[in-house]
Amino acid sequence: MSRIAEAFEQGSTFVGFVTGGDPSIARSEEYILAMIDAGADLIEIGIPFSDPVAEGPVIQEANLRALAAGTTVDTLFDLVRSLREKTEVPLVFLTYLNPVHHYGYERFFAACQEAGVDGIIIPDLPYDEKDELAGVAATHEVALISLIAPTSEGRIRAIARDATGFIYLVSSLGVTGVRTNISTDLEAIVKTIREVTEVPVAIGFGVHTPEQAQTLAQVADGVIVGSAIVKIIAADPDTASSKLHRYVSELKRAMMR
Amino acid sequence: MTRGRFGVFGGQYIPETLMNELIDLETAYEHYKQDATFRAELKGLLDNYAGRPSLLYFAKHMTEDLGGAKVYLKREDLNHTGSHKINNVLGQTLLAQKRGKTRVIAETGAGQHGVAAATAAALLGMECEVFMGREDTERQALNVYRMELLGARVHTVTSGTQTLKDAVNEAMREWVSRVEDTHYVLGSVMGPHPFPTMVRDFQAVIGAEAREQILAAEGALPAAVLACVGGGSNAIGLFYNFIDDAGVQLIGCEAAGLGLDTPQHAATIAKGEVGVFHGMKSYFCQDEHGQIAPVYSISAGLDYPGIGPEHAQLHATGRATYVPVTDDEAVDAFEYLARCEGIIAAIESAHAVAHARVLAPTLPRESSIIVCLSGRGDKDVAAIARYTGREINE
Repeated sequence: MSRIAEAFEQGSTFVGFVTGGDPSIARSEEYILAMIDAGADLIEIGIPFSDPVAEGPVIQEANLRALAAGTTVDTLFDLVRSLREKTEVPLVFLTYLNPVHHYGYERFFAACQEAGVDGIIIPDLPYDEKDELAGVAATHEVALISLIAPTSEGRIRAIARDATGFIYLVSSLGVTGVRTNISTDLEAIVKTIREVTEVPVAIGFGVHTPEQAQTLAQVADGVIVGSAIVKIIAADPDTASSKLHRYVSELKRAMMR
Repeated sequence: MTRGRFGVFGGQYIPETLMNELIDLETAYEHYKQDATFRAELKGLLDNYAGRPSLLYFAKHMTEDLGGAKVYLKREDLNHTGSHKINNVLGQTLLAQKRGKTRVIAETGAGQHGVAAATAAALLGMECEVFMGREDTERQALNVYRMELLGARVHTVTSGTQTLKDAVNEAMREWVSRVEDTHYVLGSVMGPHPFPTMVRDFQAVIGAEAREQILAAEGALPAAVLACVGGGSNAIGLFYNFIDDAGVQLIGCEAAGLGLDTPQHAATIAKGEVGVFHGMKSYFCQDEHGQIAPVYSISAGLDYPGIGPEHAQLHATGRATYVPVTDDEAVDAFEYLARCEGIIAAIESAHAVAHARVLAPTLPRESSIIVCLSGRGDKDVAAIARYTGREINE
């Protein structure tokens, strides 16, 4: 069984996101290990990009901080190698297509496999363009994680049928960032997905309170938290580890209720 | 390979949230472009509102001065709102209205596309919001006021490099947040399919007219057609109807800023590499890690790190040639055209004029070339004065 499949086996899977290298590679490792210790089941590591068009201001700024600190695809592979010596929790990259294209698809996915990256999420690579790298990702056993949005309607079944790893269900329209209200009928979307696949579903975009995490954990297999974590890091990198530990524990507890 | 490809270039590299909207847009566009009523309505707007056809003007003094091919200027600067942007904007806004949208958003660099979008929205009774980089709102302050006068709301973009690229980012972020009632009027032949094709079709009127006009005037096709290239909409508009005419050279003029030996340029074909950004696979100025590079040009409209995918393909196949033109050369051409022909062209268009000055003398006197004057230069007068050392208040 793949590490991703294992992480979803018990349900109520907590997925935590950090922008890799914000504010440094060493700090990212520290934060990731703290979240894992607090009960995070899967970690998304953002590869910073100059123009992250699907992100709200919080993660945009984290991208710029990480790039200013000299973060590159290679330093993030080093981070993954170092984490793999300490944990078997699945690690998934989130990035835009251009840095991967520039690195070279074959070279990139071979390095993912060697370092121990389990999957990849590419917001600007929709279902229709996935053949661009689905083959090379599969060859190197990296799950290409598909996104389904509130506007996906007639596309949901096709996307779900081909899904690998897990399905990233986007909770609402717009860019990443905390939201007080999520009004999409997520249950209906999950029901449609379930008609065609057993691949687990995790809901992200806007999730930040224990109440939201608890509600969404009833709807899907997992919950993804990004901007709220990045915000804690941005507020004070020096004390973020212990705060993240408390925050992730709290959300994870709420999900288990 | 998916829809909307020019060779390997183009495609739809865009968040899933927008995919159904793009598919719907494509379906609607395919329908309306065949629809007699829509076509008549658009032609009515182009002829009676925008002032088409635009003149093909024989630049007698320039021709005499350069001593080679006859120079013709395609006068898109004489269109309503002062540039070729109105051709595309009227098409897209009318289409948006047919699709039941009540609001349009747009990015703008120099402000020409923003002004055109605000104009079309005012005419068709739609809401309009324009995204413009802070640096551009400063260098094109008059256009900000113009857009507001036309009832548009202008958002100053302070993220990233605060120029055209970032204005596109913010417009995309806005679109993904409010796609139901909103159409994104992309200003160039870029972005995800169907934009590069649709915008090209709306701009192809430039070359369709120019081809008829030059045949009427000269009885022969031109030796070359020239246009400035940022995203490349006026260039593809001029080129498109000449692509099958193998004897006609297609020449795009890129912004070389302070020079290709400096990092201060926006010469995508000369210095960029193939990548994927803003919804398309094409050439982009980028660093050694695939981060989009900050670009520079004196011209806000050419200050963009990418180029439309059809241009990428025309370059890859060798059908079109792309040449770099520096700030200095463009400013020189801006002043030259004003003195020589009494025409103040946009600093963007001056990049094409600059290369015409190099090319014309190398061609026989009986041949001709067409230069697209994509816009008028009123917006640039103060900036050029400053560039040449004179402080003028707008």
